[in-house]
Amino acid sequence: MSIFSSKNFKLLSSPLNLQNPITVQILGICSALAVTVKLKPAIVMGLSVMVVTAISNLVISAMRNYIPPRIRIIVQLVVVATMVILVDQLLRAFVYDVSKQLSVYVGLIITNCIIMGRLEAFAMGNKPWPSFVDGIGNGLGYAMILIVIGFIRELFGSGAVLGYNVVPKSFYDFGYINNGMMIMPTMALILVGVIIWIQRSFNKELIEKD
Amino acid sequence: MKSLRKFLDNKKPLFQKGGKLAKFGSTFGAIETFLFTPNHTSKSGVHIHDAIDLKRTMTVVILALVPAMLFGSWNIGYQNGLAFGIERGIIDNFIFGFLKLIPLLVVSYGVGLGIEFIAAQIRGHEVNEGYLVTGILIPLIMPVNIPLWMLALAVAFAVIFGKEIFGGTGYNIMNVALLARAFLFFAYPSQMSGDSVWIYDLPNKVPIDGFSGATPLGQIGQGAVSKMASFHDMFMGFIPGSIGETSIIAILIGAAILIFTGIGSWKIMLSVVLGTLSMGFLCNLFPLNDYMALPGYYHLVMGGFAFGTVFMATDPVTASHTEKGKWIYGFMIGVLVVLIRIFNPAYPEGMMLAILLMNVWSPLIDYFVVEGHIKRRMKKAKLKANA
Repeated sequence: MSIFSSKNFKLLSSPLNLQNPITVQILGICSALAVTVKLKPAIVMGLSVMVVTAISNLVISAMRNYIPPRIRIIVQLVVVATMVILVDQLLRAFVYDVSKQLSVYVGLIITNCIIMGRLEAFAMGNKPWPSFVDGIGNGLGYAMILIVIGFIRELFGSGAVLGYNVVPKSFYDFGYINNGMMIMPTMALILVGVIIWIQRSFNKELIEKD
Repeated sequence: MKSLRKFLDNKKPLFQKGGKLAKFGSTFGAIETFLFTPNHTSKSGVHIHDAIDLKRTMTVVILALVPAMLFGSWNIGYQNGLAFGIERGIIDNFIFGFLKLIPLLVVSYGVGLGIEFIAAQIRGHEVNEGYLVTGILIPLIMPVNIPLWMLALAVAFAVIFGKEIFGGTGYNIMNVALLARAFLFFAYPSQMSGDSVWIYDLPNKVPIDGFSGATPLGQIGQGAVSKMASFHDMFMGFIPGSIGETSIIAILIGAAILIFTGIGSWKIMLSVVLGTLSMGFLCNLFPLNDYMALPGYYHLVMGGFAFGTVFMATDPVTASHTEKGKWIYGFMIGVLVVLIRIFNPAYPEGMMLAILLMNVWSPLIDYFVVEGHIKRRMKKAKLKANA
């Protein structure tokens, strides 16, 4: 199997839409609500999860035949925890202010259901390279939703994008006020709902039959 | 009249199945039933024929709202006069306030009905009357200074996320009008609370000396109990506040209309009052601060309590449906109002949040009431079988 076969490409692209971890599998919602008040932490969080998922997938897949099934969860957790600590240290070293804003949520990547889900469902039964691609794909799918939500929340909640004020001052003079609801996690949940709504109206096969 | 009927009959085939404009069938239907009595009759099955339908129900509620609306209009003018030392007659006050209220009504109905029509068009449903009452309720629970674009945004949010995504009129789990208010309260707190939003023009002009514009709830929240309006003033409604909520008398007239026609549930209204009184008097027993020492019955005349009790808590869609459930639902609203008002200084007005919270709980209350009935009757049936 070549490195960029169509099968591998599908691993990368399906989490972006039909298998999206947030909007279809409804995993990792908690962090998606918590870190998306501003766009920058959302991007950093998305990238961190992507790196952790991809490398954990790679490592676990490489040793999948040597892990005794009875203690596999412990082994997976050790690998994930190691990766999270590495990422946390890197963030503190290079983007300290964002690391401060993310606070406990970087550490909580360990408990992110997406990562455990991919390790259990994919890395334990596939070769290292596809596992790595699968990790990148799921991380991207997660990051994509975070970035969309973070963008909307920062734009309407703080009138800025990436910290730069984009709503012109004349708007405020006319009586425009930033929407305080956007700062609250409530609105993030509603935004996730809206994204799911839009996605399903384009992909009818996602709609459950009842 | 006849020419109008003829015109509609002429155009009707265009909008029926196969016609050129069939897509807009529901819009045409809405306009036709608005202008003329619908002539459909049920053709199959057993139906109970009753004079009251959704449209008549809504019309009665609007009639019941008229006193509060008229008084609210007058009070806008009266409070504005008080603030700036302008003397006006009753009629002038009323006209002044009514002209301020009209833009709010127009925006509320324009945006809300617009969304209803579009949603009905997309679904291929008939447009129904669900927004008629909501559209007048929303301006009446707003401060008079609310910017029109905020009102439009709140109406859009409430109608789309409170009603349409659940399936439209009759399927919403939370009161749409209160949802609009809650959205504004959390999104733009500076425009929805404080001292200056309740009186027209207060943020732009300097009032006469000694005028604060704070509502009784605002004053008591700041610990200024002594400055609070008298019970009489609060009962009559000569106080600042959301447009329709100030006068208890006007609201009581509305309540009488609702109860007399059987449209509003007197059980819910009574149980809300009972819940508030019992929680209020319970707080009186432990008067740790001024607010807790405030006589329990004051809660009945302050803020949006009366308006919420009569027009919001009794919303037949979001309230409990079982008779026993109505008592529990209403009583809990009353208890929560006092709890939120006294123990949560961030939310001076507890009525909105109490009703919304109990809206969410009401299906659960109904569930347990029904389960209880089933259990009891099963027991009876078993006893009979054994005997």
